[in-house]
Amino acid sequence: MRIAPIMTITTTGSEPVSTNTTERELGLTEFDTLAALESEAIHIFREVAGEFERPVILFSGGKDSTVLLHLALKAFWPAPLPFALLHVDTGHNLDEVLEFRDKVVERYGLRLHVASVEEYLADGRLTERPDGIRNPLQTVPLLDAITEHRFDAVFGGGRRDEERSRAKERIFSLRNAFGQWDPKRQRPELWNLYNGKHAPGEHVRVFPLSNWTELDIWRYIAREDIDLASIYYAHERPVYSRDGMWMTPGVWGGPNENEVLETRSVRYRTVGDGSTTGAIISDAADNQAILAEVAASRLTERGATRGDDRVSEAAMEDRKREGYF
Amino acid sequence: MSDLLRLATAGSVDDGKSTLVGRLLYDTKSVLADQIDAVTRASVDRGLSTPDLSLLVDGLRAEREQGITIDVAYRYFATPKRSFVLADTPGHVQYTRNTVSGASTAQLVILLTDARKGVIEQTRRHAAVLALLGVPRLVLAVNKIDLVDNPAEVFAEISAEFNELTSKLGWATEDVIEIPVSALHGDNIASRSENTPYYTGPSLIEHLESVPVDADSTGTHALGLRFPVQYVIRPRTAEYPDYRGYAGQIAAGSVSPGDEIVVLPSGKKTTVERIDTPDGELAVAQAGRSVTLILADEVDISRGDIIASVHDAPESIDTFDATVCWLGDKGLRPGARLLLKHGAKTTQAIVGALVERFDEQTLTAQPSPESLELNDIGRVSLRLAEPIPADDYRTNRHTGSFLLIDPAGGNTLAAGLVGDVLTSVEVGTSV
Repeated sequence: MRIAPIMTITTTGSEPVSTNTTERELGLTEFDTLAALESEAIHIFREVAGEFERPVILFSGGKDSTVLLHLALKAFWPAPLPFALLHVDTGHNLDEVLEFRDKVVERYGLRLHVASVEEYLADGRLTERPDGIRNPLQTVPLLDAITEHRFDAVFGGGRRDEERSRAKERIFSLRNAFGQWDPKRQRPELWNLYNGKHAPGEHVRVFPLSNWTELDIWRYIAREDIDLASIYYAHERPVYSRDGMWMTPGVWGGPNENEVLETRSVRYRTVGDGSTTGAIISDAADNQAILAEVAASRLTERGATRGDDRVSEAAMEDRKREGYF
Repeated sequence: MSDLLRLATAGSVDDGKSTLVGRLLYDTKSVLADQIDAVTRASVDRGLSTPDLSLLVDGLRAEREQGITIDVAYRYFATPKRSFVLADTPGHVQYTRNTVSGASTAQLVILLTDARKGVIEQTRRHAAVLALLGVPRLVLAVNKIDLVDNPAEVFAEISAEFNELTSKLGWATEDVIEIPVSALHGDNIASRSENTPYYTGPSLIEHLESVPVDADSTGTHALGLRFPVQYVIRPRTAEYPDYRGYAGQIAAGSVSPGDEIVVLPSGKKTTVERIDTPDGELAVAQAGRSVTLILADEVDISRGDIIASVHDAPESIDTFDATVCWLGDKGLRPGARLLLKHGAKTTQAIVGALVERFDEQTLTAQPSPESLELNDIGRVSLRLAEPIPADDYRTNRHTGSFLLIDPAGGNTLAAGLVGDVLTSVEVGTSV
């Protein structure tokens, strides 16, 4: 399904997922892996809508949060999305990603809250790190926004295949008033019965894409023809090489004296902070080419292009304990 | 055939579970170069001469410090035939609650045993818990088979003993398979090994690729429609001023337009007019699918109700006995006031008598225990503030299961199974 302007969708009119009309007429549409993952995610969205007062979707403009939003729109169709979006803007985002974010918000008539790291740096509530990396600085504005808006459920696009400590995370992940994750005190998660109970001040992080892999995400994007930020597709861009990643110059600095700027055909595998997220050399300009590239890759997306996970063996776990996603 | 299989691992500590999981990931090319590099780096940091593959799967600081698995982790791998979601559960006795969590959604469990030890107490305990949870299919991976002197004989003995155990616990012979493996060397994991000429069955991955999987993951299609209403969709927009759809995930059976249904617990009847999805209407929807039902009449339905087939609607019950796996740190005593979550409904519950406690070691039941402690399995009587339309757990894992929740802290205290589930795994002292 292409969730274009909601107004154009009718109960019978939109493009069928399956191209096999005979099968579809019989109602025997394929219930394959993607359909099962989609049904599971939709179930999770509806549980949260039914149990919580003020949920919000964390939206970065990246492919996972775009798929997350697509599934959310499906879960409540033809009603408007009952959640707002929250973007933690590090001030180091690529322009294309912010443009895409605003386009999506406008297209679906969504409400967007922005928590700005830049503002926190300007008024001294946060201090720039010596290495200039802003991803870890997102935690405080995120938690402040959760407190200020009294959000009690916060959807994230995290997947368990991304990283070892994420593999341990529940779909409903209880956070204390400090936003902290305590891996040793997680609630058991049984059948498809999710427990959303929490004390005032606590909130629950919800991960509907937990059981998806990077390849599932791309197969689903191709099948549903989901619009993505343009940086995911191969394009020419001035980049410089650092630590084996291809970085875009920007307000975050670089290239240094010994780094050479050159124009290359690249694409991004993940969207994160401009100072820590690199592009890969690629000619894959459409979904099919990307699918082939991802399937053949010998590197994980985070290993290939995310500097922040390389800091230590437990970098992600440590950040999650502090309240990061 | 479904192309997604949800499975879990179980087995005691040091049976080589992490190595087996590492091997499954490695042989299906699900471990990528940077992950291997990271493990190699971490192994060198620890002074090891070869990469420790358990570091691939043990993700938490505490786990790496102690060298054990503490919590369930989820792994993803795929072959050209199927995708797999694997819940990798800890083997320590004190983490039985995590085994329960991991196995509650599993369509198949790989139980591991060390060929040198055979079917041990922990194997029996895990098999009993898995029987209770209604796991449809079992694989016994007889690991380290290369380390015994007369493997053909040892494998035959272990297989026979395991078959006897599982048939007493209620599994059909065709739902259980034993495979001699060496996780370390890869024998019979991705392909059949020349080192085990006495074994003629499939390799582990061949079996996982071909084992039948029921679409509703409950092991049965015997029930008519069960549709827990999760959310009422009412757009109230200019385009859809009167739209009223009941959204949920089909828990059992299937539904088609024109089907007669009953709304529970109210008992009001009507017919299904339409099955809506954002991708268009469906002529039929099966268990597992999230859909929206449009009904012919305006009946009062809200979140927590269950829409069922009129022909075999479940009974709504407010006083019943159920089997519970106690997961709370503090024990359960009679008279406890708790919350019960069944489907999309949460209601208050009072625990009456503790009927019996199941002893996993002797596989017998002790009547009238004083309390149920962490990891205990027992039968309790429950009284609810509002009735729930429930099926026997053995007929349907979704409509037969519930959670008990602490009303104060909100923690999940028990996994509950409706019906006389415990009796079916009571096999007496002869085992």
